[in-house]
Amino acid sequence: MATAALAPAVFVPAARDRATAVVAALALAALVALPWALEGGASALWRAAAGAPIFWPLLAASAAVVFLAWRGADRWTAIVAGLAVACTFVAGFAAGPKGLSFGIGAGVALLALTICFARAIARRGAFKGDPTVASIVVVIAGLLAIFIFFPVGKVLTAALFDAKGAFAPGLAAQRLFTADIWGLACLTGGSRCGVAINSAVLATVVGVGSTLLGLILALVVQRGGQRYAGVTRLMSILPIVTPPFVIALALVVLFGRTGLVTGWLDTWFGIARSRWLYGLPGVSIAQLLTFSPIAFMILHGALGAISPALEEAAQTLRGSRWRVFRTITLPLLRPALANAFLLGFVESLADFANPIVLAGNYEVLSTKIFFAVAGAQHDPGRAAALAAVLLGLTLLAFWLQQRWIGRLSYVTVTGKGDGGMPAKLPRPLWFACFGTAAAWIVFTLACYLIILTGGFVNDIGRGDMAITLDHFAQGFGIDFSRGLTFVGSAWDSLFTTITVAAVAAPVTTVVGLLAAYVITRHRFAGRRMFEFLTMVSFAIPGTVIGVSYIVAFNVAPLELTGGMAILVLCFVFRNMPVGVRAGVAALAQIDQTLDEASSTLRASTTRTLRRVILPLLRPAILATLVFSFTHAMTAVSAVIFLATAKYNLATVYIIGRVEAGEYPLAIAYSSVLIVFMLSVLLLVQALVGETRLGRRATPVLATGN
Amino acid sequence: MNEKTGGVVFEQVTKRYGSVTAVDEVSFNVAQGELVTLLGPSGCGKTTTLRMVAGLEAVTSGRVTIGGVDVTLRAANERDVSMVFQSYALFPHMSVLDNVCYGPMSMRMDRAKAREIAHAKITMLGLAGLEQRLPSELSGGQQQRVAVARSLVLEPAVLLFDEPLSNLDAKLRRRVRQEIRELQQELKLTVLYVTHDQEEALAVSDHIIVMDSGRIAQQGTPHELYEAPASRFLADFIGDANLVDGELAVTAEGATFSAGGVAAPVRAGGLPSGPATLAVRPQRLRLVDAGGGDVPGTCRRAAYLGSRIEYVVDTPWGELLVFDTDARTSRRRDEPVGVAFDTDAAIMLAR
Repeated sequence: MATAALAPAVFVPAARDRATAVVAALALAALVALPWALEGGASALWRAAAGAPIFWPLLAASAAVVFLAWRGADRWTAIVAGLAVACTFVAGFAAGPKGLSFGIGAGVALLALTICFARAIARRGAFKGDPTVASIVVVIAGLLAIFIFFPVGKVLTAALFDAKGAFAPGLAAQRLFTADIWGLACLTGGSRCGVAINSAVLATVVGVGSTLLGLILALVVQRGGQRYAGVTRLMSILPIVTPPFVIALALVVLFGRTGLVTGWLDTWFGIARSRWLYGLPGVSIAQLLTFSPIAFMILHGALGAISPALEEAAQTLRGSRWRVFRTITLPLLRPALANAFLLGFVESLADFANPIVLAGNYEVLSTKIFFAVAGAQHDPGRAAALAAVLLGLTLLAFWLQQRWIGRLSYVTVTGKGDGGMPAKLPRPLWFACFGTAAAWIVFTLACYLIILTGGFVNDIGRGDMAITLDHFAQGFGIDFSRGLTFVGSAWDSLFTTITVAAVAAPVTTVVGLLAAYVITRHRFAGRRMFEFLTMVSFAIPGTVIGVSYIVAFNVAPLELTGGMAILVLCFVFRNMPVGVRAGVAALAQIDQTLDEASSTLRASTTRTLRRVILPLLRPAILATLVFSFTHAMTAVSAVIFLATAKYNLATVYIIGRVEAGEYPLAIAYSSVLIVFMLSVLLLVQALVGETRLGRRATPVLATGN
Repeated sequence: MNEKTGGVVFEQVTKRYGSVTAVDEVSFNVAQGELVTLLGPSGCGKTTTLRMVAGLEAVTSGRVTIGGVDVTLRAANERDVSMVFQSYALFPHMSVLDNVCYGPMSMRMDRAKAREIAHAKITMLGLAGLEQRLPSELSGGQQQRVAVARSLVLEPAVLLFDEPLSNLDAKLRRRVRQEIRELQQELKLTVLYVTHDQEEALAVSDHIIVMDSGRIAQQGTPHELYEAPASRFLADFIGDANLVDGELAVTAEGATFSAGGVAAPVRAGGLPSGPATLAVRPQRLRLVDAGGGDVPGTCRRAAYLGSRIEYVVDTPWGELLVFDTDARTSRRRDEPVGVAFDTDAAIMLAR
């Protein structure tokens, strides 16, 4: 009866693998019927027949995979499909810039063959024998390799080559360590510092400032009671719907040489007009206003998570308000403070929009990279070197954050809910906080008021306040005389932006949530690595992505520049980490036993995903959709490299107007964007709100032992 | 209703997580129509064992057979079992009816037929009229019944329960466990049941398998386990027990157990002379007036529980717990007493 040690248990597949055979047949169909190359034309089969024998092996391999999968020969299916994909890429890159660019036929065939490979190795026992999980992981990892690691790797190596494309390590060192980047002359009384030093100084100022502002507002809102709940809502919504340079525009209108406030100061107090705003002061203020809401949201959450019982305990131990604040509240906030500082630091480093409007002669890395590529000097090697420095600084900050937060984590929320009242702040501190917060809120509202109304007057930047609709007519004019024609100059970019965002958002959501699903719900070798890979693009500044995309994707076999596809791809892979995070958080709320119950009720992984997980994830799906949509509409740093005259984007158009000095049109366009995105956001919130009501509260599911 | 032959056969099943062995060469049978309980302290491997039957955990080595079919390598959705989860795991976005229909629909039964058999089970469990409710609109007891109905509807060869009563209050727990037992006997279901509550296990089981540190410590009927525990761990784990370490002396006339200088006659139960542990249930001990009984002692604490009084008596054998079910008379604190027991009440365990 007793058996000797049996082999480890894995899912043993049925002999035939119809699903994989069907996918392989799809690859074959694409090779037969769809145009292989980007410029269209013949399919792989026709090209092979017309004298390009290089396609025969791929066609034969695809046919073989159909047959092998049908027979259930998993090992050979995996080997043939894997080799076919690898050889296609090798052949494509070997052909170099003169070869064919992969088009729709190549894309579908490669994707299908990759899925065949993943399913076959799953049937051999990888990924716990789950073909669905295997396909998701392998396909997403492959896409990340192509659209994140390949371009970023290429741009980093580009620094090693000179203008003619010859290998020049000496030049790379020269580029990386020039005084232009690292110079410290400003400290010793010289005229200016290196661009990396400038960026680091700015990022530090903004990191400290935004953390402080965020803390102050969080204290007021958390300890001031329900009265200030509206502030939280405002702070959570404004950054989402605000194009990044709006604050900078408003500052110019208020404090520029011809600004409103500058004008009043000049007339009433005789303070001479100056250009003090352009440089470190202006960029710092703009970035503080732009990024403080993020610090606020972090600290607001952290303050709320501190159990009131801790502060009450301190009070009953005879602690005064100051003592409680100093010895309990602040120390417990330390991880959140570190987090807020580093996020502010990183955001400031990566920020492109505020410096391009306000930096003047104060050069920072993100804009310097742009001008190295787009400006008169056109020096991709130099841009690559600067991008390497920016990436290095950013990754260093993220690395510090991980190390620091890891050690400082205090869990203050336990399973049991504590009642009790949060401690009151010491009175002087309360008044100081309240004053600062109020001033900041008023200032922020003033900025938005300027943007929302500035488009309706002649030239708010010069104080010409005659009411007019000219700017809207210029940008968004509609002519009915010859049917409906959009004659305004901004329409094209607005339509492109909405199209690109609307295509990118669902793709981002699907890819992000699928990645989140396999990360949270399945245990497989390399899971931690996969999670890290999906998150890594979050740490890469948009400017670096933008440069790397034009460096990597302007020649065959991956030729994408100039089209709309590259804009979509850029948004998908830049916003994916947020989709993954949202998905992971939402899935953590759904008890794992629901999956298991579904499984014991004979449901397959696919059915579990479709009938149980997806319906419960609906709020998270909508949130991710809205976020990636609005984020795509407001993005500027990466896409400023990728937008073209044909496919222009709203943000890039506005930057163009700002550079040309046409502030009123830029302001009018910004207000249109804000109103449009706010409407989308509120509409979706209304819809989600209703479905929540309809579903009532979900039961609390205890976790088993 | 259940014509499927055979229950569960577990053959030398081992589960390792890296270097940790959660279940170590465990073998047992669940005969058809029988309710078998896996009982043990938390972390003993009982839930892992249940999940390996369900197919939610892969076995590291060994073999699992369900209904005569080797299912060791089959995924959960390909095994003829279903499971009632501790949290019930009701799908919160589906009505009671949709929850119960889920299994048949997974097996591609047509909707009308699925609804028909779902209705039958819903009615059988007294949930008629609640079909369109969401799980969040049901009481804890009702949710539990929906979970049972959802598992029953597939008429599985084996029904698994993972601590199904732990989320109910004490009164309801007693009633529901009777219902589960009645349902099991009425439908002649084959059930594997996991619990850490020894009273619950005693009340519902045909057989109990007690697990400790990934191994089976003892298996048998409730009566066997309670009256003849095989080890110190078992005596202590199932019910309350006084455990006294001492020396057993076996002679031709009979056996004597001595500890702390006090000896008492016992039954050796096959044990040779030497060090041994005496186990005796508190309700099998009686308090008598000082000078009588087997062991002299002093009454230290008393707790009045209505149905009985629990005494802690300080004796040369250590502190003994004594349940006095005749709660009309009570002993005073520090009153000298004697502790008496019948020879068949004390079980001798090897030490």
